[in-house]
Amino acid sequence: MEISQIRTAKIRKKKENKRNITLMIGLILVAFLLFMMVMGLLFSPYDVAQMNKKEKFMAPCLTHLMGTDNFGRDIFTRVQQGMGMTVLIAISVTGIGAFFGTILGAITGYYGGWLDEILMRLNDMLAAFPSILLALVFISILGSGKYIIILALGIIFIPSYARIVRGEFLRLRESDYIKSAKLMGVSDFRIMLVHILPNGIPALLSALTVGFNNAVLAEAGMSYLGIGVQPPDASLGQMLSEAQGYLFSAPWYALCPGVIIILLILGFSFISEGIAGR
Amino acid sequence: MKYLGKKIVTLLFTLLFISMAAFLVFQIIPGDPAAMMLDMDATDAQIEAMREQLGLNRPLFVRYISWIMDFCRGNLGISYHYQIPVAELLKDKLPVTFALAGITFLLILFLSIPFGLFQVRFAKKRIGIVMHIVNQVFMAIPSFFLGVLIILVFGLILKWFTPGRYVSYTENKIGFFLYLIAPAMAIAVPKSAMVVKFLRNSVLEQGQNDYVRTAYSKGNTEQKVFYRHILKNALIPVATILGMMAAETMAGSIVVEQVFNLPGLGRLLVSSIGSRDYPVVQAILVYIASVVVIMNGVVDVLYRYLDPRIRVE
Repeated sequence: MEISQIRTAKIRKKKENKRNITLMIGLILVAFLLFMMVMGLLFSPYDVAQMNKKEKFMAPCLTHLMGTDNFGRDIFTRVQQGMGMTVLIAISVTGIGAFFGTILGAITGYYGGWLDEILMRLNDMLAAFPSILLALVFISILGSGKYIIILALGIIFIPSYARIVRGEFLRLRESDYIKSAKLMGVSDFRIMLVHILPNGIPALLSALTVGFNNAVLAEAGMSYLGIGVQPPDASLGQMLSEAQGYLFSAPWYALCPGVIIILLILGFSFISEGIAGR
Repeated sequence: MKYLGKKIVTLLFTLLFISMAAFLVFQIIPGDPAAMMLDMDATDAQIEAMREQLGLNRPLFVRYISWIMDFCRGNLGISYHYQIPVAELLKDKLPVTFALAGITFLLILFLSIPFGLFQVRFAKKRIGIVMHIVNQVFMAIPSFFLGVLIILVFGLILKWFTPGRYVSYTENKIGFFLYLIAPAMAIAVPKSAMVVKFLRNSVLEQGQNDYVRTAYSKGNTEQKVFYRHILKNALIPVATILGMMAAETMAGSIVVEQVFNLPGLGRLLVSSIGSRDYPVVQAILVYIASVVVIMNGVVDVLYRYLDPRIRVE
């Protein structure tokens, strides 16, 4: 009995270590990318839109770390700027989705009843649709542009958070400590905010990182299609679609923004796995 | 049987709901369709006559009924931009997208199951861990970037196919399918990686159950426990994910069609959004949404067939 307990404890410890490593790798990767992005926004020697006819399609070198594009613009600067835009949009989208999703999930999970039933049916229906398709519906009605993208994706991602928060509230509302809190006359609002919500944070945190990745993917995809971020602003997806025309003569133009998207997503998915496993 | 009937009724209600949503959503767009179909200098009387002719003066509910009836009959309206019936426009785009989605789905099956099983078998060994990391990287690649990479490596450097030279299915069926393999790969690889990861987690989770220990203690070999006990249970949640993939491939094709210059529904949708050609957008959205809903319904039914425990409940 004792031996097996020690063994399981050891195994658990080992597992925890491995998960911490994934979390660390993710954090380092994301920190590195964010550092690069902020440095670029603060200290770049080039302007994002600055064209230079003499330096068209330069391969990566010391003066242009990622080379230059068809207008002689510095790709590294544009990648930094584009990543800033992508991260900004993804954070706003995750923020909108998580804020309203948490409120909705908390109310439906805590009170239940017909409102819960209706919202969850609607939720199931929405969840069945690919997010890019729903975003296209919004864009076809409201037009394109970065603010519309934020609004559209933010609304579309609400159900995914609502579902997770609802599950946590549903699980915890029957627990003994909540019952005793109720007996002591604690208000519903306080129970939800102070007693239940903190327990749901690990699950929500993992959902946030996954949602962030989905937002990055959706934004990049829509900008690639030309219905996301519009030209004066640089964005990774839009750079990729521009670069496709010069794929053979200047492959670095397409590779650099693409690799940055992959690293960004990889970093956050490692973080999410690290959090979820704990 | 009773379940099937209930499922079909829910399915029909969902479709009805989608059609209503699609109809109403396009009613709130600013701008008068009648004015849009006429010239800029049309008089008010002309616009009014056009409104009458298009039936825009009737109440909303009546217009919805007539719209949905027309839709079921295959009369999808007239494109503002091309001035031809939408049905005509969609007719030669549909096979492209459906062929692409079909090939993609088959590729997902053929990629994810063997790789998933291989990874699961060696989950604790070094090669399994390396594969898990590679899998994570593949999951992080957006399908459109993978498409660009495939064009670069296989199209431009190795010259296995000519990027951008789409072969129509009316001219050469084999050439058409061969051309679709590259875009299908672009959608399928990241999705397969997702399925592989899911399969791996599902198997590892099942492995901790009591019935596994019992199976071992009864003297079963590792192989036997794995294939006859663990895998059987682990595949059930994977079936759900595969069902979701069916819907995801439709979405994936919207972007990837653009990468490979395929004249499918996705490209028409994007260009119609650009030119504000609402009848086309509406028709395509309802079409894709219906396919997604029906696919999900089919998966639900199959799921029940796969797992007898659900049937008992």
